[in-house]
Amino acid sequence: MKYIDSEQVHKKMGSRLLANSLAKTIFFLATLFGLVVLIVLIYRVLADGLSWINMDFLMNRLSTDPEKAGIWGAIVGTFWLMLVVAPVTMVLGVGTAIYLEEYAAKGRISSFIKTNISNLAGVPSVVFGILGLTVFARALDLGSVVLAGGLTMALLVLPVVVVASQEAIRAVPQFLREASYGMGATKWQTIKNVVLPAALPGILTGLILALSRAIGETAPLVVIGIPALLIPVPDGIFDKFTILPVQIYYWTIDSALVAEYANLAAATIVILLIVLFAMNSIAILIRNKFQKRY
Amino acid sequence: MPVMTEKTNPNTKIANVSQKATENKKVVYNTKDLNLWYGEGHALKNINLAINENEVTAIIGPSGCGKSTYIKTLNRMVELVPSVRISGEILYRERNILDKSFKVEDLRTSVGMVFQKPNPFPKSIYENVAYGPKIHGIRDKKILDEIVEKSLRGAAIWDEVKDRLNQNAYGLSGGQQQRLCIARCLAIEPDVILMDEPTSALDPISTLKVEELVQELKEEFSIIIVTHNMQQAARISDKTAFFLNGEVIEFAETDKIFSTPSDKRTEDYITGRFG
Amino acid sequence: MARSAVQHDNKKLNVSEIIQQKKKSRSVNNYTEKLIPKILFGIAAISVFTTIGIVLTLITETIAFFKDVPFIDFFTGTELKPLGENAVFGVLPLLTGTIISTLIAMLVAIPVGLMTAIFLSEYASEKTRKVLKPLLEILAGIPTIVYGFFAFTFVTPLLSSFIPDLEPTNILSPGIVMGIMIIPMVASLSEDAMSSVPNAMREGALALGATKLEVTWKVVVPAAISGIIASFVLGISRAIGETMIVTIASGSSKNFTFDVTQSMQTMTAYIVEVTGGEAAAGTTLYYSLYAVAMTLFVFTLIMNLLAQYISRKFREEY
Repeated sequence: MKYIDSEQVHKKMGSRLLANSLAKTIFFLATLFGLVVLIVLIYRVLADGLSWINMDFLMNRLSTDPEKAGIWGAIVGTFWLMLVVAPVTMVLGVGTAIYLEEYAAKGRISSFIKTNISNLAGVPSVVFGILGLTVFARALDLGSVVLAGGLTMALLVLPVVVVASQEAIRAVPQFLREASYGMGATKWQTIKNVVLPAALPGILTGLILALSRAIGETAPLVVIGIPALLIPVPDGIFDKFTILPVQIYYWTIDSALVAEYANLAAATIVILLIVLFAMNSIAILIRNKFQKRY
Repeated sequence: MPVMTEKTNPNTKIANVSQKATENKKVVYNTKDLNLWYGEGHALKNINLAINENEVTAIIGPSGCGKSTYIKTLNRMVELVPSVRISGEILYRERNILDKSFKVEDLRTSVGMVFQKPNPFPKSIYENVAYGPKIHGIRDKKILDEIVEKSLRGAAIWDEVKDRLNQNAYGLSGGQQQRLCIARCLAIEPDVILMDEPTSALDPISTLKVEELVQELKEEFSIIIVTHNMQQAARISDKTAFFLNGEVIEFAETDKIFSTPSDKRTEDYITGRFG
Repeated sequence: MARSAVQHDNKKLNVSEIIQQKKKSRSVNNYTEKLIPKILFGIAAISVFTTIGIVLTLITETIAFFKDVPFIDFFTGTELKPLGENAVFGVLPLLTGTIISTLIAMLVAIPVGLMTAIFLSEYASEKTRKVLKPLLEILAGIPTIVYGFFAFTFVTPLLSSFIPDLEPTNILSPGIVMGIMIIPMVASLSEDAMSSVPNAMREGALALGATKLEVTWKVVVPAAISGIIASFVLGISRAIGETMIVTIASGSSKNFTFDVTQSMQTMTAYIVEVTGGEAAAGTTLYYSLYAVAMTLFVFTLIMNLLAQYISRKFREEY
């Protein structure tokens, strides 16, 4: 007497296989769902915005008149903002990563800093906005200028750079460090001349990804108090400013009043997405070019 | 003048000649009662060795016998392992390098090291060789050029790379990379060169080149070489130390070790009965 | 000095001597070597100060808020009227807004994200995966403001053709779009968890005649469950903290309701509204900003710690 009736098993096998292929189709469709949304989203944005993009739109200042309005101020503002975010987050991020990977003893302090960074990464961006508003804009009395926004944004994207730099530094093979120590180099000489150059591609990739995150962030800057209609173009880091996503925000919510604002918002989105796409392509290029050299 | 008579006597045994040399040569490294632990593991036990200058000293023994650990203790690279504990003395030119006041950077400037796997920096050939002089403060381009050429010549690789000094070192073959690493080491004009199985990752032809190089370098430097290859030790070294389970079993002239070892375990090892 | 040494002796360039000379004149080096770790420690500490800064600002101003508004009233009040003479501060409308939008988002993100992860990890060929994963990364890299625009100008009009009662600003549409935004995150974290399940476990089940679906459902998913749940929790945390999509598409009505076709305000949207209105420092309205932000911060912190706890506590040993 057998416990397994092979005939029964054989009969059921058909339906089990059917369930399997059905499930496969459903899983595949679920995967496609996200991509279909992506396509619809990009199509909508292009359909609404593409025809509004021309030199005037790029080079004009803001205006309440949709026919005259341009995003030059927001482009320049984005540029100034990055000019603050990039060096600040680079120094803080790489410095932290070097400390954690090369100097800190694997004890409480370093694991505390690491836990802190991963928790910081989970803090909603709008809360960073409140920090920026309270500390940089009000307590330090900077106002809602590029510097205040840039410092806030630098802290917001700091975990991205720290984690990427840590991984890049960790990936530098130990034998390169040994070679340098073997020549009588000190620790800092080894880090400066061997570890950092070898980790640079990974660090740069992380930095670019962090900047592209910063370029797309809206909430912290709205909280800091960027005005809805700012006509002057900023000249430096102590000027009031606006950036592309904030402009998109104000135009979108006002599109209930003036329908064409939706088109302006869409056109700005196209520009923003092009910038992001370019940055990410550069990051991928760097990553591919310098992958696995040892 | 007993020494003179011995020298003129053609019948003198090899061992006696070596002994004479030992008397004249200065000791470069003198290890006294060295013990080393990795955490709880006792890796080196009561090591006592006196190594002479301008000789090639080979260290042989089966895997895990402590030979790599020993050579890494000589330039304190072993301290990169966090859980390591050391007792005893290592006198380098009569100064105890285990003394905390002895700066490792100074030690490693005088004692160069060549590693198991060729480990050039991902920089140009030129930059690899100039690295040491640069970190020690030599900035003058003319001096650097001179050092680079001299070192590459010294490592017998100049002719192969002189036309592509600015290319990345990773474009070289494994054997060339290892000789580049030797050149990099020569560039700071060390007193002693430590070699940790320098040919284990190389093909036979490259191995031969490195071995020839070691013979030439002996004129100017003291060389301590760890090798898992007994023939290599027999070919290139003046003295050989046999390590087993963290202890020095026998230390003598290479010829003696390989012809008439005094310890049974040495004999077992060199005749291939274990390891 | 160094030069003359070189010229003097052409045969032997005395590098070691030059080095010794340089060493003596470079005691600065020593100083740098001691200073650098201190500087780097200072830099690393900035991230800790950021956290402390966030917590301190939130706590001090929140305490000030609770001097004006009783703690109980804030957390049980169903009415939120921050402006005008008789301002009332009950946080429940904001909490329901936040929770409902998060629920909707996770109803989208969890099933779709998990199924995507299963497809990528278990069914897709190497080639398909190489095409699909970067595309999902693009989806993850789109700024939330763009999703907000999409929810407001496309999804809401689309939904109102099925649901005629849908208000122009409502919680349903941003909830769904938020879910779409979170799909890549859930998918990629769950896929990581499933990919690290060793193949031997799959082969063991396959060799017994199990179908791929059975292997996935009975072997892989249970083995990777801690990573999968951690990805859900992180997704929830992300949805709670998401700001721009709800601010744009759900409007600013402080309704205490469970009707998803209506406009509701989340905690994040409230913060944007109040700061955008330039609340004068020292007013109760101004302090309410911090009380809400504190609540938001605590919520997301709990979620993040929970996710870390789950993935650490239940980390499978293979």
